[in-house]
Amino acid sequence: MIRCKDIHKSFGEKEVLKGISFDIPNGKIFGLLGPSGAGKTTLIKILTGQLDFEKGEAYILNKDVSKLTGEDKADIGIMMDQFGVYERLSCMDNLKIFADIYGIPKSRIIETLALVGLEDAINKAASDLSKGMRVRLQLARVFLNTPSILFLDEPTTGLDPMTQKLIHKIILDKKESGCTIFLTTHNMEEAAKLCDEVALLNEGVIVDSGSPKDICRRYNHQKKILIHLTSGKDMEFTHDGKCAEQICRLMEDGKIETIHSSEPNLETVFLELTGRKLED
Amino acid sequence: MKNILIIIKKEIKDTLKNKAVFLQFVIMPVLTLIMENAINVEGMPELYFMKMFSIMFIGMAPLAACAAIISEEKEKNTLRVLMMSNVKPWQYLIGIGVYVWIICMCGAAVMSIGLKGKDVLIYLSVMGVGFAISILIGSCVGIYAKNQMVATSLYMPVFMVLAFLPMLALFNETIKKVSKIFYTQQIRMILDDMSFDGITYQSAIIVSVNTALAIALFFLIFKKKGLE
Ligand SMILES: Nc1ncnc2c1ncn2[C@@H]1O[C@H](COP(=O)(O)OP(=O)(O)OP(=O)(O)O)[C@@H](O)[C@H]1O
Ligand SMILES: [Mg+2]
Repeated sequence: MIRCKDIHKSFGEKEVLKGISFDIPNGKIFGLLGPSGAGKTTLIKILTGQLDFEKGEAYILNKDVSKLTGEDKADIGIMMDQFGVYERLSCMDNLKIFADIYGIPKSRIIETLALVGLEDAINKAASDLSKGMRVRLQLARVFLNTPSILFLDEPTTGLDPMTQKLIHKIILDKKESGCTIFLTTHNMEEAAKLCDEVALLNEGVIVDSGSPKDICRRYNHQKKILIHLTSGKDMEFTHDGKCAEQICRLMEDGKIETIHSSEPNLETVFLELTGRKLED
Repeated sequence: MKNILIIIKKEIKDTLKNKAVFLQFVIMPVLTLIMENAINVEGMPELYFMKMFSIMFIGMAPLAACAAIISEEKEKNTLRVLMMSNVKPWQYLIGIGVYVWIICMCGAAVMSIGLKGKDVLIYLSVMGVGFAISILIGSCVGIYAKNQMVATSLYMPVFMVLAFLPMLALFNETIKKVSKIFYTQQIRMILDDMSFDGITYQSAIIVSVNTALAIALFFLIFKKKGLE
């Protein structure tokens, strides 16, 4: 459904993407993770035919991205923060333009605004929306029709946890209805929760990819157990007989407050792979 | 066709809220109504203000409106969303052009209130041609400029030449010789005569050449810049 092979892209001297390849099957959610400036947005632009690239191949809907027709575009939903809204028009009028283009009834607009929790702002001018509300308006535009591929560039950045949950649910519902979704994020939890497959992008190279669980398991070489004692002290144990005895004794004496195994999460894997933090 | 109508509808909603563009459309018609009715000096040529403001209207409103609308959509990245939603560049440009033309014609209709019945047709025809040429030039500015700031600074000198030269030409023969090569001056001369029969070959040719140049420039810039 979405496929690319050895994509290279430079802006002037600077090579931003250095040979990106992946293959996303139908009906899956694919997450592209990476720090700011990694090239995530650039890759979305390339995959949606908005940007030329020097080398490589990119296909969506089984078509070369440079040959997408108008009908194909109606089948692709794209949300990115570079996409503007009509500031002076209300939420309703903003969506009305696109509903008219796609031939969608007005009732569906109200439905969609309610879906993203903007039902109280239907007649508010876009310029009066808060940052999070604006993101939701942009999402509403994508959810208005029913494309078979969605590209979402950081769909939940800047949203409160409640709204994030709401958006996650909509995304999962879209997947349920057969939609293929490509999303980028800085948020590890989000990726682990939503994505069937993730790719870690750093400085234009995919450093690892796979299902979030697999990736984490693959980097679970330390296998540490962390114990917080009732006395307030923290202790670290490895998986061996001597440590097991110690832990057993602490447990018998009732000295343990909490006990955790430290499986790596995507965050720590990323840190280990690149020496860079994802969010900052 | 459907998309063109959608663009026109959108612009109608937006213009009422966009003061900068809205003023462009109403200021000359309103000024004309006021001045023609309020000021009546002995010996002043007939329809003095109406003709003067008509030319300023042609040289200003369509130009400023097209440049502002297109450059704003580029700057705010709304144009890109339209393009990604399968609105073709030509549909968008025709939509904006037709919309601006219709609104300007409504303004011209208001300005023609003081005219004798038989003069209305020639007046509106000539104004319609003038608006069309200005729309082409305004679109060139809008397409060329990457944001509203650049658009404003580009359109200012053009507007000075097209709108002000014909006015200065009223008082200065040398300026008139220069301004004759522009369609606004020619339209002014046609309006002075106010009859189809009075249109000279020279006027017809100059207006045609102006039109041809505007069209050529439009396609040149559009081909080079596109709409992104
Ligand atoms: N039009 C452009 N011209 C020049 N350089 C660009 C252009 N667009 C992007 N870049 C550069 O490409 C690199 C990747 O940018 P990109 O926007 O793809 O990052 P990103 O991963 O989306 O970051 P973020 O998480 O902050 O959105 C950056 O170094 C950026 O400066
Ligand atoms: Mg980005």
